[in-house]
Amino acid sequence: MAALEEEFTLSTVPLGAGPNGLLGVEQSDKTDQFLVTHGGRTVILYKVSDQKPLGSWSVKQGQIITCPAVCNFQTGEFIVVHDNKVLRIWNTEDVNLDKVFKATLSAEIYRIHSIQGTEPLVLFKEGAVRGLEALLAEPQQKIETVLSDDEVIKWTKVFMVFRHPVLIFITEKHGNHFAYIQTFSSRTLSKYTLFHGQEEKSVIQNFTASVDRKFISLMSLSSDGCVYETLIPIHPRDPDENQRVVRSLLLKTVVAGNARSGVALTVLDQDHVAVLGPPLPASKECLSIWNTKFQTLQTSRELPQGTSGQLWYFGENLFMLHGKFLTVIPYKCEVSSLAGALGKLKHSQDPGTHTVPHFVNWETSRGCGFGSQNSEQSKRILRRRKIEVNVPPPAFEQLLSTIKKDSEKDIEVELCKFLAVKRTPDFHTIVGDIVLELLGRHTTEPSFYPRNSLMQLIQTHVLSYSLCPGLMEVALEKTDVQMLQLCLQQFPDIPESITCACLKIFLSISDDSLQETEINMESVSDCSDPVQEKMDEQTEILQNGFNADEQNCDSCDRKLNQKPQDAAEETTSCPVVPKRAALLNAILHSAYSEMFLLPHLKDIPAQHVTLFLQYLYFLYLKCSENATMTLPGLHPPTLNQIMDWICLLLDANFTVVVMIPEAKRLLLSLYKFVKSQICICSELNKIEVSFRELQKLNQEKNNRELYSIEVLELF
Amino acid sequence: MGEFKVHRVRFFNYVPSGIRCVAYNNQSNRLAVSRTDGTVEIYNLSANYFQEKFFPGHESRATEALCWAKGQRLFSGGLNGEIIEYDLQALNIKYAMDAFGGPIWSMAVSPCGSQLLVGCEDGSVKLFQITPDKIQFERNFDRQKSRILSLSWHPSGTHIAAGSIDYISVFDVKSGSAVHKMLVDRQYMGVSKRKCIIWGVAFLSDGTVISVDSAGKVQFWDSATGTLVKNHLIANADVQSIAVSDQEDSFVVGTAEGTVFHFQLVSVTSNSSEKQWVRTKPFQHHTHDVRAVAHSPTALISGGTDTHLVIRPLMEKVEVKNYDAALRKITFPHRRLISCSKKRHLLLFQFAHHLELWRLGSTVATGKNGDTLPLSKDADHLLHLKTKGPENIICSCISPCGSWIAYSTTSRFFLYRLNYEHDNISLQRVSKMPAFLRSALQILFSEDSTKLFVASNQGSLHIIRLLEGSFKHLHTFQPQSGTVESMCLLAVSPDGNWLAASGTSAGVHVYNIKHLKLHCTVPAYNFPVTALAIAPNTNNLVIAHSDQQVFEYSIPEKQYTEWSRTIQKQGFHYLWLQRDTPITHISFHPKRPMHILLHDAYMFCIIDKSLPLPNDKTLLYNPLPPTNESDVIRRRTAHAFKISKIYKPLLFMDLLDERTLVAVERPLDDIIAQLPPPIKKKKFGT
Repeated sequence: MAALEEEFTLSTVPLGAGPNGLLGVEQSDKTDQFLVTHGGRTVILYKVSDQKPLGSWSVKQGQIITCPAVCNFQTGEFIVVHDNKVLRIWNTEDVNLDKVFKATLSAEIYRIHSIQGTEPLVLFKEGAVRGLEALLAEPQQKIETVLSDDEVIKWTKVFMVFRHPVLIFITEKHGNHFAYIQTFSSRTLSKYTLFHGQEEKSVIQNFTASVDRKFISLMSLSSDGCVYETLIPIHPRDPDENQRVVRSLLLKTVVAGNARSGVALTVLDQDHVAVLGPPLPASKECLSIWNTKFQTLQTSRELPQGTSGQLWYFGENLFMLHGKFLTVIPYKCEVSSLAGALGKLKHSQDPGTHTVPHFVNWETSRGCGFGSQNSEQSKRILRRRKIEVNVPPPAFEQLLSTIKKDSEKDIEVELCKFLAVKRTPDFHTIVGDIVLELLGRHTTEPSFYPRNSLMQLIQTHVLSYSLCPGLMEVALEKTDVQMLQLCLQQFPDIPESITCACLKIFLSISDDSLQETEINMESVSDCSDPVQEKMDEQTEILQNGFNADEQNCDSCDRKLNQKPQDAAEETTSCPVVPKRAALLNAILHSAYSEMFLLPHLKDIPAQHVTLFLQYLYFLYLKCSENATMTLPGLHPPTLNQIMDWICLLLDANFTVVVMIPEAKRLLLSLYKFVKSQICICSELNKIEVSFRELQKLNQEKNNRELYSIEVLELF
Repeated sequence: MGEFKVHRVRFFNYVPSGIRCVAYNNQSNRLAVSRTDGTVEIYNLSANYFQEKFFPGHESRATEALCWAKGQRLFSGGLNGEIIEYDLQALNIKYAMDAFGGPIWSMAVSPCGSQLLVGCEDGSVKLFQITPDKIQFERNFDRQKSRILSLSWHPSGTHIAAGSIDYISVFDVKSGSAVHKMLVDRQYMGVSKRKCIIWGVAFLSDGTVISVDSAGKVQFWDSATGTLVKNHLIANADVQSIAVSDQEDSFVVGTAEGTVFHFQLVSVTSNSSEKQWVRTKPFQHHTHDVRAVAHSPTALISGGTDTHLVIRPLMEKVEVKNYDAALRKITFPHRRLISCSKKRHLLLFQFAHHLELWRLGSTVATGKNGDTLPLSKDADHLLHLKTKGPENIICSCISPCGSWIAYSTTSRFFLYRLNYEHDNISLQRVSKMPAFLRSALQILFSEDSTKLFVASNQGSLHIIRLLEGSFKHLHTFQPQSGTVESMCLLAVSPDGNWLAASGTSAGVHVYNIKHLKLHCTVPAYNFPVTALAIAPNTNNLVIAHSDQQVFEYSIPEKQYTEWSRTIQKQGFHYLWLQRDTPITHISFHPKRPMHILLHDAYMFCIIDKSLPLPNDKTLLYNPLPPTNESDVIRRRTAHAFKISKIYKPLLFMDLLDERTLVAVERPLDDIIAQLPPPIKKKKFGT
């Protein structure tokens, strides 16, 4: 559930409301530190948790800051614009803004965007966008005009999509709104007309947007108090053509319809938006959190002293003006589920990950013959379902015909339209059919490989291997590791042979080709820090002066150790690059049955087996670093998965591994580590038994009295 | 609803005897169980597994074998060398006949049910003909070297298999001579043991003999050639029992480690007609030796030294997956072993060979729900009364005033007068009991302790007036002509005017004591009565049946009461009907005529007839006190059944006075602590 925590005031200096009051709040490169730009002349760096300013800078009398200060995440410097054209760049050591680096540009700046992972982007009032570095190299370069006359930028935001920034800005001209998407990977600017639909009269008051791989979801708050959503594709079909996008109603009447000012909207996460404004015409202004999925108000906070219609959200903090003070309200949202609300939450999902259907839902699959033993009722349901299946939505028909003849881009657009429609109960079978159709065209026409569409379909989370057999085979053929990873993560029923084929590809693909692919890295924690191997001292336990291990492997191990007695032995670093690690983790997570997997594992080349073993050993060492025996990260492999795979690999390839010289050292150190773990386990076992006895004694004490008089009340 | 001080008694040191044999009768769906103290119990599996009859044990009569013969006749053989037939109507021993072969170890009735075979200590196998009223010795088979521990008939009746020590013999019934002698391997895990005891054999119609032995083996033999076909080593200890289903497609064995294994005849491959025996399911419901197993068409039944009778339904044989498909574990007898003197706060405990009299303690403190109050006086053990002779006590009773104790064994009836002088108790036996008072199935004192009611095993009811130190026989109600069914349960009205008596199957008879005549008979119900009581003032007879139905019958009006009709119309709550132990005692609140108190082994309940009845949607058992609820909600959700599950296993519960209850519990852990230690199994890490 979303929850707002106790608010606190950040600035002690009163601020004037309105455009002259507060220009903006931006993140700095250190967590918990934010740049607050006051309209007029000052920029203050606040540490939010301490509620105190760390530094303050102001421009000379007569100059006026026209754009909020931002932090260049790549250099740690701050950038501010005053008098529309003058850039100032400084860092925390500088005291006087007059004396810092200055660059005067040839055109007026609307906004500087800076986000993690890319250089700051400068958006000019005429619609042109430049990277900061290019601009500073030649400050007086000519800036082209993109927008037409009378067209003004109303709102802008930048996202990172597949490691490349994407900038969106909304303009207005004579009451019409246009969206521009500037992508930097392909350097395209596409323009969309925001089509208002029936509610022509309403005026859009505020925007916010979030990004979901292929789409920017643009939300707008209209003067009728409703929130509308517009899906804008990032990679357009035809960049030159002016396209129209339709908006759809997302939330109804979140603020009072006639609210003139103090209305703002910001996306918090996938399902939550924060809305600032009066909920009823006469009421005071409020900050409310809405769940867009269930269309429910989650929580709200009254702001009796009024606000300015500005709302920022960074990390876990919402910033807004309350009265004349900048106020911070920390916001928390735990993942909630219906089952959780009913008290039946079996295992909490990691935040941000989607629930994958763990079982193929046979009941709704098409054409499956139902046993006659089921009751009348279920037959009736089945019949109804069949009717639904027989009449698929028209978008589906259209999509199928598109797939048969049109280009990949067309298919993508049609697919977006189709996926935007509300899901029907048999949605997964329809998606399966679409995939089969796409694959069918691929087989007849090998050059046709609609990768983006397929990825998008897989991400609907409803597909399984059996619904679209052949998809993974095609991906294997194309060595499309990203898609394979996605399939491994999403499909609950992959055959062992396919899993093993994926493993082979993941192990054999070169680092260079890995570098070019986009891979979901959430399962990989920071692998860069090496694992300390400290067991050497532990294993040499002398019992009564006798060392039982003397004749065993330790002696030969020591011989081995003597040769390379340098840093390489002390630490073990991750043997594979993080991208490969992410791929291998997907394999570790996949379901399998030992009996069917073993024969396939035998086919893996020896050096790959060694590499995989090395990686597993590394994970195992990392696991045992902490008491809970877990790896850090969002969705890491569990200790059991790691152990099972070590066993499986050794079982399948033991004779091979034993013969390889480079694997010998690995096996020995693995053996040594396992032995030390067994020692610990047997000690733990002893402790457990003593504790159990203690508990037994405790229980007996409670039940020992033979006679007592008690009071009982019956209700 | 009410607050009570509960005397929570855990010093009833009762330990059930271990189970020695079980015999299942398919026709009547009844199960006979014999225990190590010689007690034989009959369970009616159709009537919710109710223990409807029992035959008291005898010190010298350890039963080693038990079997049913044609016409619902039950035979047992024991170490005293006697074959005993039980009278299931009169609930006594019909006759005992010496087999003249030393202790009897095994017994088997022929497939047609007319011949009885016993295996004796001296190695003889004796064949008896079962005649309508007795058995008659026919002949001996070839004498073997050592005792015959197990016997089994071939379904055609032409051959038998006999398990002995180290070998199995196959006899031809016609000639009485041994056809084959199959030697069993003594080797046990590579070590040669001194002997290999064949604990059980089963002869299948295809000629296969299955044997179980002390080396932990289940072996399949071909009786035609006398060769070993297959060997399953299933345990590190003895396999002590075997039972085969009637269809011969599955059998069950029990081991000394407490495990029960199910074997099934399974097709080798699907669609092939070739079948083989496969060990399918192990069950570990026992901690000790499983001495006996039985195979009913739908369930595996096992019992052993740990005294539990376990009935494990086979899921593939159960058609409806209802509550009958649940595992049953029967530990305590379905009758009362405790009686109570309300006036003097005394409890009388009945054991197999002695009685114990205890006085409850007291407290002056008060407290709130759940408190344990400090005792101002602890409970006292007043009396330990040992029986004379080898026979077990059948029933016992203490009068409400506490000055009379009566008990009965199979052959003698004892009545004692207790005198209390300050803290001293003197016990005086009332001598010269009349000849007709020999054996009682149930004893009851009237509320004012002036009359004694005795249900004898001939179906008659005796009324005796008690005077100071002596007695006078008042009347005997003879059973209706033609019936010999014994009365097992008695109830008397508090005003002393009415006496209700119930047998195992026929209806409840109500007698008018003033006029000494039969007043009426409550219509017979399909299920046996488990408890009876007559309410004060209204004289309503409350009857609990083994299917968990409770009826209220107005004796003066000779009809069921309105409340009883209402609850029959609406039906009991489904959770109430799913309880698996019968109600063993019913009592009433002296000041609240609308309340009925009843209990089974796992709960006690006060039924408030003034409240609405629960339907299946309401919560039957709500242990939590209502908190912060308005009176309206409380009144709306309140229903007639107030249940407490705090005390369990509950053997007895009664109301001493308006605000005081006594509850006698017997924790299972205490019973286990008194059993012999089980076979120690190595547990990892210990």
